[in-house]
Amino acid sequence: MGDVFSNLSLGFGVVFQLVQWTPAFLGGVSIPIPVNILLCLIGALVGTLVGVLPGIGTIATVAMLLPITFGLPPVGALIMLAGIYYGAQYGGSTTSILVNIPGEAGSVVTALDGFQMAKKGRAGPALAIAAIGSFFAGCVATVLIAVLGAPLTKLALAFGPAEYFSLMVLGLIFAVVLAKGSVLKAIAMIVFGLLLSMVGSDIETGASRMAFNIPELADGLGFATVAMGLFGFAEIIRNLDAGGETDRQLVQQKVTGLMPTKKDLLDSTPAILRGTVLGSILGILPGGGAVIASFAAYTLEKKVSKHPEKFGHGVIEGVAAPESANNAAAQTSFIPLLTLGIPPNAVMALMVGAMTIHGIVPGPQVMQKQPELVWGMIASMWVGNLMLLIINLPLVGIWVRLLRVPYRLMFPSIVVFCAIGIYSVNNAPTDVVLAGVFGLVGYWLIKHDFEPAPLLLGMVLGPLMEENLRRALLISRGDWSVFLTRPLSAVLMAIAAGLLVLAVLPSLRKKRDQVFVESEN
Amino acid sequence: MKLYGRRSMAGGCLAILAGLVALAAPAHAQNYPTRSITMIVPFAAGGPTDVIARIVTGHMAQTLGQAIIIENVVGAGGTTATTRASKAANDGYTLITGHMGTHAASVPLYPKLAYHPEKDFEPVGLLAGTPILILARKDLAPKDLKEFITYVKANETKVNAAHAGVGSVSNVSCELLNSVLGVKPVGVPFNGTGPAMNALVAGQVDYMCDQIVNAVPQINGGTIKAYAIATAERNPSLPDVPTTTEAGLPAFQAQAWNAIFAPKGTPAPIIAKLNEAIVKALDDENVKKRLLELGSVIPGPKDRTPEALAALVKSEIAKWTPVLKPAG
Repeated sequence: MGDVFSNLSLGFGVVFQLVQWTPAFLGGVSIPIPVNILLCLIGALVGTLVGVLPGIGTIATVAMLLPITFGLPPVGALIMLAGIYYGAQYGGSTTSILVNIPGEAGSVVTALDGFQMAKKGRAGPALAIAAIGSFFAGCVATVLIAVLGAPLTKLALAFGPAEYFSLMVLGLIFAVVLAKGSVLKAIAMIVFGLLLSMVGSDIETGASRMAFNIPELADGLGFATVAMGLFGFAEIIRNLDAGGETDRQLVQQKVTGLMPTKKDLLDSTPAILRGTVLGSILGILPGGGAVIASFAAYTLEKKVSKHPEKFGHGVIEGVAAPESANNAAAQTSFIPLLTLGIPPNAVMALMVGAMTIHGIVPGPQVMQKQPELVWGMIASMWVGNLMLLIINLPLVGIWVRLLRVPYRLMFPSIVVFCAIGIYSVNNAPTDVVLAGVFGLVGYWLIKHDFEPAPLLLGMVLGPLMEENLRRALLISRGDWSVFLTRPLSAVLMAIAAGLLVLAVLPSLRKKRDQVFVESEN
Repeated sequence: MKLYGRRSMAGGCLAILAGLVALAAPAHAQNYPTRSITMIVPFAAGGPTDVIARIVTGHMAQTLGQAIIIENVVGAGGTTATTRASKAANDGYTLITGHMGTHAASVPLYPKLAYHPEKDFEPVGLLAGTPILILARKDLAPKDLKEFITYVKANETKVNAAHAGVGSVSNVSCELLNSVLGVKPVGVPFNGTGPAMNALVAGQVDYMCDQIVNAVPQINGGTIKAYAIATAERNPSLPDVPTTTEAGLPAFQAQAWNAIFAPKGTPAPIIAKLNEAIVKALDDENVKKRLLELGSVIPGPKDRTPEALAALVKSEIAKWTPVLKPAG
């Protein structure tokens, strides 16, 4: 424990470091500037901003801003990049709640109840609880990294292809529970999502699948492209329907209270706690753990809730749990990077790039060799989370006021921002056209009571599932029993089977019906 | 509206055009560059190619007196970006930092490749080479390369080789190693070097071939081991790792390389000016130091000319085609 404190104090020392700035025009007078704090603040602000702009996801942002950090000292650069990363997690929930456009995989579930809350005039409390939940989760996860980072690394290494496959199977079961309407339709959507995820190159042979010789499809469909189309554009088309217009006006008129009530806070507290624990654990797993954190947290809440039928119709737990989970996961996903020097996801890979540019190639000894960098970053996360809370709570009022903008002015700007966001991910015009196509598909789906969330989950989990299945079978030489003989994998499979049985067994039918109440609209 | 006859109109246009051409042509060759240059990097920011491109172009920009803006265009093993570069205006303002994959291995790997590295590009200059290592999980039985060769041959059906995806440097170099050894082990594909390295560190796979950059800290940290380096000389960042020649496998020589190319038809004086800037950058102490830190091999004077790069591309295509054709 003593170590942790001395390390943390080293970290905070780095964060609060003052650099003497002696500009010529002051004639030799030097001003101490807390450079790292400022960089952390800039990162958090930029992250919030891009998180709010629909379409521009974390990966695209970090990739775009990475070159800017090359001129900074390495610790400052990483503090700023980390700030962008978790700042975007805060910002990402904003569009999910306000306009039903999830900027990234982690905020898909936030849109489910968040947008419904906004429709009921409760956008303020939804945004506020998202920020509060994220802050709490961020603080806990930071402590976890500091205290248990090294031992938790073992978990990351214990997860091989077989374990990941089983985890993804569990994830798909979550997707069924996620649905508020017909189970059959939810399964159809998951399968459609899995099918969409197959577009692109085969991982083993490199053969092109369902790409129709369109070069832009060679690497598959982008998450942002499909999400913007299915959620964003489809929602806009629906709103422009005669029926949708009155719906919109309803949203604008009913705005009540900006901050959560005491009841809201009481309802959210256990959800935030459970979301944080789940997110922290799943975040450690490199390559996909963080993706299912928010889905898992939502499913758990729906399962333990006394009123599961209300999920999907605007309950605050449905926002608090996934938002806490995705932020906790975003923080703990730093563990493999900081302890092993191996980037667990695309954003972290970019951070490794930033370190490499500065001549630091992270490895298993990065904690011993670069203690200032590692602990400075950990300490900065805590400071950054505090800043984000301070930035985001007052912003809630501004966002809610945005809802009052007449829809005829609002929707063109949403379309433009989405189009810019989608284009900027790969600089590919084809992606924008594809998003338009998915908008039409999404509109058809809404009209026929199919929900887009299970589709997106299928699409996100699809590649991870397929790749790990094939890796596992390659390594086992085609022996399917690996999924049951490896203990971790077997446990995950057992949980998945249990959830499935719960949903299928006739004796439990009544309970299931409570979970999957038929859709009303 | 009959102010001008058709003839005089056409004549006027011609005159303006001629004037523009007269103005533009000399400006083109002599004053180049008059505006910023776009450098396409066909991989993500922060990757090995990107890092090398940024280090060298940073210095080139000073020599040329214009900014060089790096545009990272990812997808399809870098071939998306390379296709785009092959179709760019050949005025010297769009360049690409290609590598072993985009400008050699892609030829046998992608039968429908929309460009040809030799026919659609003008070689400008080689930037740096990145040595390839034979790596294994830390508890794999063999102690050195000789034992490893015997082991892999004896356990051909049991061993797993990881790679970072079809067409990646680790994939093609491992194919070369396997063809040299005459074995066909199971290749386990991962999405990028990071996940592949994670699997090797965790002991889920047995061996892989990879570029030196990411491997050095893991080797020094004792989480994986290196049997040999596939270059003619040992590398200063891993002085204890023998070369494949020393360790008894001289046939396995592989080095990833990065080089700048311009679209076909870019004027020779512009190519010469760019090459001069590359050479100047490679001679700079700071650039040298940073490239060496990455484990890169800096090309010697005779390897720095556009002609040398053209020869390298030719020989690399010839080298990879037989190795990758049956596999791909």
